[in-house]
Amino acid sequence: MARVELTRHLYLYFPQLEGQELVVDAVTVADVVRELDALAPGIGGYICDERGRLRMHVNIFVGEERVADRDGLSDAVAPDARVYVLQALSGG
Amino acid sequence: MSNRVLIGTRKGTFIAEKSNGRWTARLAGHEGVGVNFVARDPNTGTLWAALGHGHWGPKLSRSTDDGATWQDAAKVTLPEGAKHLVPPFPGETAEGEEPAAAKLEDATVQKLWVMAFGQPGRIYIGTIPGALFVSDDGGESFELNRGLWDHESRGGNLFEGKGTGFTHWFGTPASEGGNFAPGIHSILIDPRDHDHVYIAISTAGVLETRDGGKTWRPRNKGMLMDYLPDPAAEWGHDPHAIELCAADPDHIWQQNHCGVFYTSNGGEQWKKVSKPEQGVHFGFPVVADEQDGRTAWLVPGKADSQRTTVDGSLFVARTEDGGETWKELREGLPQEGAYDVVYRHAFANTGDHLAFGSTTGNLYLSEDRGDSWQTVSNNLPPIYSVRWG
Repeated sequence: MARVELTRHLYLYFPQLEGQELVVDAVTVADVVRELDALAPGIGGYICDERGRLRMHVNIFVGEERVADRDGLSDAVAPDARVYVLQALSGG
Repeated sequence: MSNRVLIGTRKGTFIAEKSNGRWTARLAGHEGVGVNFVARDPNTGTLWAALGHGHWGPKLSRSTDDGATWQDAAKVTLPEGAKHLVPPFPGETAEGEEPAAAKLEDATVQKLWVMAFGQPGRIYIGTIPGALFVSDDGGESFELNRGLWDHESRGGNLFEGKGTGFTHWFGTPASEGGNFAPGIHSILIDPRDHDHVYIAISTAGVLETRDGGKTWRPRNKGMLMDYLPDPAAEWGHDPHAIELCAADPDHIWQQNHCGVFYTSNGGEQWKKVSKPEQGVHFGFPVVADEQDGRTAWLVPGKADSQRTTVDGSLFVARTEDGGETWKELREGLPQEGAYDVVYRHAFANTGDHLAFGSTTGNLYLSEDRGDSWQTVSNNLPPIYSVRWG
């Protein structure tokens, strides 16, 4: 089971997740987003666009590695992985 | 007539109201979030806000308690298989070089730009890229209007193939997703016939449907451009905004990149009514009087590379004779050192009241048809939209 950490900014819109330990059953990063959306309906559309692509100003890291497949989120997630959903640093 | 102004800004939704004879504006939601458009559905009283989150994409928000609380509303997304032809960004084409062909790409909604309300239950949303979404259940769900999305002028039906491979629609840098794509910023519903709708697109032109959106035809005759070899070409126009007269809907006004245009016959023929010697030429918004089709207001700017006020002096221009003459209305507006730019949705009227907001965060209001103005606030975030409601 992967553990997910979200940027605090997302708790503004999904307060039901705040303080929860987010543990999801996922083989890929796409699974992580799908599981999050099941926990908090709508959050998938905050992280990805309607084609499932990571939004331009959002980053996901698996461990210390930034996801490589921003379009399909096919990056593998190990059973004990930590996954971070972050705001991209997009400007000054 | 309403006594409340709904204001969409770069950093939230604000409401201005009059109390004890004084207008004041207050934060009413979405603090820190870009709000492209806020309006009230006159059929239900629900407030709607078109949000552009910097990180989280476009979202529709609504309030059923007059702005006390807001909730995410229906998703407004393009269906699986929606593609569009993306024209090359102008800067990517070197001088003297043939522009590259448009690329066929998957389309996603980048920006919710405008909303309009028809018969009870009917709500329209215009987006970048140029998609028209329609709800017939009061905003519980929205569906893409395929008659427009598949229009031959933009390449035909791209769900099932490559279409014609050519789009006559250009792009606007107003998108929030980085793409250079056209966008729908104006939706006008004929009060006499709800199946009769006009839309305006940057950068394509004006289209009209008379069958509730099944078929669309261009309404650009008489329009002139100064950036294409054929100034009277059918497509490629850059309307910045269009508005119609509620009581006389064949009278439609257009503030365009290339001047001010007016039609008194429902768009069959436009007439250029700019008066450059008075500064009445370039700008973004236009307001049409509710009763008299020949009366309209503009906030002129300096065309078009500067996009500031004319000589640092802010004024509203009003015509009462179909654009034959324009009066400069300056009383109460700053006449020195003012560089306010007023975006296309940031000027609106109700009865004799007018209000507009600028990218400088100034909100101005008139209670006498523009003859005199008062400042409601100098300290709002950059203002994207102003609507009475």
